[in-house]
This record gives sequence, structure tokens and C-alpha cells, in this order.
Amino acid sequence: MNQISVIISRLSESFLINCRLFVLTLLFSLPLGLLIAFGSMCRFKPLRWLMRTFVWVIRGTPLMLQLIIIFFGPGLIGMSFSWPNGDAGRFAAATVAFVINYACYFSEIYRGGIESIPKGQYEAGQVLGMTKGQIFFKVTLLQVIKRIIPPVGNEVMTLVKDTSLARIIANKEIIMMAGEYSSKGLIWPLFATGIYFLVFIGVLTVLFDYLEKKLSYFRA
Amino acid sequence: MAVLEVRDLEKRFDSLRVLHGINFSLEKGEALAIIGSSGSGKTTLLRCLNFLEKPDKGTIIVNDKVIFDAMDPSTQKESEVRKKRLHFGLVFQNFNLFPQYTVLKNVTLAAELLAKERPDYKKNKKAVMEEIQENGKRLLAQVGLSDKLNFYPHQISGGQQQRVAIARALALNPDILCFDEPTSALDPELTGEVLKVIRNLAERNTTMIIVTHEMSFARDVADRIIFMDDGVIVEQGTPEEVFDNPKEERTRQFLARYNEGR
Repeated sequence: MNQISVIISRLSESFLINCRLFVLTLLFSLPLGLLIAFGSMCRFKPLRWLMRTFVWVIRGTPLMLQLIIIFFGPGLIGMSFSWPNGDAGRFAAATVAFVINYACYFSEIYRGGIESIPKGQYEAGQVLGMTKGQIFFKVTLLQVIKRIIPPVGNEVMTLVKDTSLARIIANKEIIMMAGEYSSKGLIWPLFATGIYFLVFIGVLTVLFDYLEKKLSYFRA
Repeated sequence: MAVLEVRDLEKRFDSLRVLHGINFSLEKGEALAIIGSSGSGKTTLLRCLNFLEKPDKGTIIVNDKVIFDAMDPSTQKESEVRKKRLHFGLVFQNFNLFPQYTVLKNVTLAAELLAKERPDYKKNKKAVMEEIQENGKRLLAQVGLSDKLNFYPHQISGGQQQRVAIARALALNPDILCFDEPTSALDPELTGEVLKVIRNLAERNTTMIIVTHEMSFARDVADRIIFMDDGVIVEQGTPEEVFDNPKEERTRQFLARYNEGR
């Protein structure tokens, strides 16, 4: 009995790493994705080409590989930069890899959302003497948000589960923790991790349903 | 005095010439209807006037001031184009209302944004905003929608949406109000209510350019008719001249086809 509660508290503790990685990734990748989206729609061709190639590379390679490259890469190519020692460094490297990876996915969602707004909305703003900024913030932004909530929700839920990939560079997140038990022959902690993810995703589902409902007062 | 004068306007899309040698003028208080088959350049002409397309040649003069000259880049500065657009109002075929705003907010939004740029805005904020609201309500009453102020666009019919769009275009007090086939996206039942509003504006001597396929409406409402075909103005004159005694063979063909369909 005592052992069970010890295991659960250690699993919960390690799940905090997943949660922290989740929050930090969203915090930085959501705005970074917007910058990449603008870059990939830019009229200046070299920038647009660069951004689209970057997105292709990031979306075209496994996140697991990106984690390894970002963690070990700087040292291997002899850069003066190196990650801090210990847990902090491993976690920082994981965060950077996740932010870059998810920003690219978000950028494509943003781009799709922005490009799906009918041209007439921009033109209506233009003939009413609005500036480009006013048209973006006052006319199109909310329509874009409404349209991208479902795909963003999908991506955010994938992120929750992807956070456990951080174990590849020895971040002791929940699955790695459970794995230590299963390698000693105790299998149930691994199954128990599923409950953590399920609960987390359940909360997110409610949240995204709420957001969708909030914006259902208009049709776009 | 001519409010608008268009001289030798030309527009190409790549190698396709959609407008060529367009010359006409518009007097204050005059309603001008532009008719012609699809693809004749009517819509492109309106879009050029509203700076949604850039003509390749020609000049546009509003109130004796050159606001566009294809030869003179100083008349094409992005920052000034924004203000020049305000000489014109444009009502689109597809309404293009802003879906996330109420009917009233659709009408007042642009005026509110413009008011914020005024130097005296901060001092008189409340009065200015109140005035804009009142003006919006007055315009919506004028198009018969006083009972829909707080509705969202998707909650009202197409005809009502188009009437909101007309009020929205009027809110900035344009010198010239342009209509781009305002009833083409409406079913026949809803066409009448929109035409009635436009007719009402004509009776108030609103300066207007109406691109339309509604021939009998054009004939009734317009002081002058322009018939366009293949990017050129084939014929212009009073409704009687163009409809009853067309000088050009092409105009006769077009009107004959129209009369057959009736």
C-alpha cells in the first residue's frame, strides 16, 4: 500500500515536467508560429522561400530526431555554445526543440486560416478607409481565430502526449519514470500514466469546446 | 460642376485589355447606371475608381482635383490612397458585411476608427462617439432596419444584409456612392427591397454610379446610362436615348436580347 502511494507521488512529480514543457511550448510557439506564418506569406520571395523550406524541414523530420540534434548538435559541430549541465540543460534543450517544432505546425494552421478569409472582407475594410493594421485586428483576426480553433485544439492535444518524447534526451518525464518500474518487472505504473494524459486531455477538450461555443455567436 | 471626371482610363490584366479609353463625367446629384454584359469591364471600372485595381493609363479627377494619374506616381502613394478612397463608397455584390459585428457596429466601425485619428478626439471622445452612433441609427432607419440594430449579419436576410451594406457605405459620407451589381446575389423576392432603398437615395439626389443588370430599374432611376462592351463605352446618354433610340448596333443587340428575356 505504501509502495503504491510512493509510486503515484513519483509519477505525479514527473508529470509536472510534462506539464511545464507543455505550458512553455505553447507560450512561445503560438506567437512564434504567427511570425513564421507572416514570413511564409511574405511578398518578398527569398524570405517566403526560406520560411517554407524551414517549415518543410521541421515538419518533415521526426521531433525525436530534432530533440537529439538540438541537444547534442552544438557540441558535435564544435560550437562555443553549450547547454547547461544537468536537468536544467536537458529541459531547456527540449523546450527549444518543442517550441520550434510546434511553431511550424501552428504557422501552417495560421496561414490556412488567414488565407481562408474571403478577399471581400479585406476589400470592404479598404474601401472604408481602414489601414492594413485595422483590417487585420478589427476585421479578420477574430474570424481567423474562430476558424483555427479546431485545428489548434488538435495540435495542442498532440502536444500533451508528445511531451513524453523529451525522455529521449533524459528528461525524467512520466513515461520515463514509469519505464524504470517496468524494467524492474512492475508494469502497472506504465499503464497508470495513461490516466494522467486522459485527464489532461479531458480538461483541454472542455476548454476548447468552451472557446468554440464562445465564438459561435457569429458565422464566418 | 462635375464631381467626377474619368479620362482615358485603361486597365490590363497581363495581356488582356479589360478597360480601354474610358471617358465620362458625373455631375453632383446625378445617378449614373452602367449596363452591359458580363465581362464587359463594368465591375473593373468601379474597382479602379475605388483603388481596388490600379489603372494602367488615365486620370481620375474628383472635385477638380486629380486623385489618380497613371503617369504621376506622386498621386499613387499608399498613405494617400487610403484617404482618397473616402471620396467613394462601394456596395459589393456579396455585401461583405463583417460577420462578427452587429448591424449597427458594421455601420459605425469605420467612422469610429477614423474618429480616433482626429487630433481633438480625446477631448470630445464621448460626444464624437455618440454622434457616430446616432448617425448609424439614423442611416439604418433610412434603409428600414431600425429593428435589427443588434442582430448579427447571419441572422438577417440577404436583402437586409445588402441594406446594411448601403448604410455602411453612406456612413462615411462619400461624394460618390458606387454599387457593384447590388442585387445579383439576391433572389428575386429580395431584390425589390434593395432597389427601393437605392431609388430612395436617387430621389434624395445622392450622387451614384450603379452597375446593374436590372434594366427597368436602371431606366427608372438613372439620369444617365452608360453601355459598356468589351472594355469600352459603346454609348452613353439619357435613359430615353439609350433604351429607346440606341445609336449603336451593339447596344441594340444587347437590349434586344434583354427584351426577349423579359
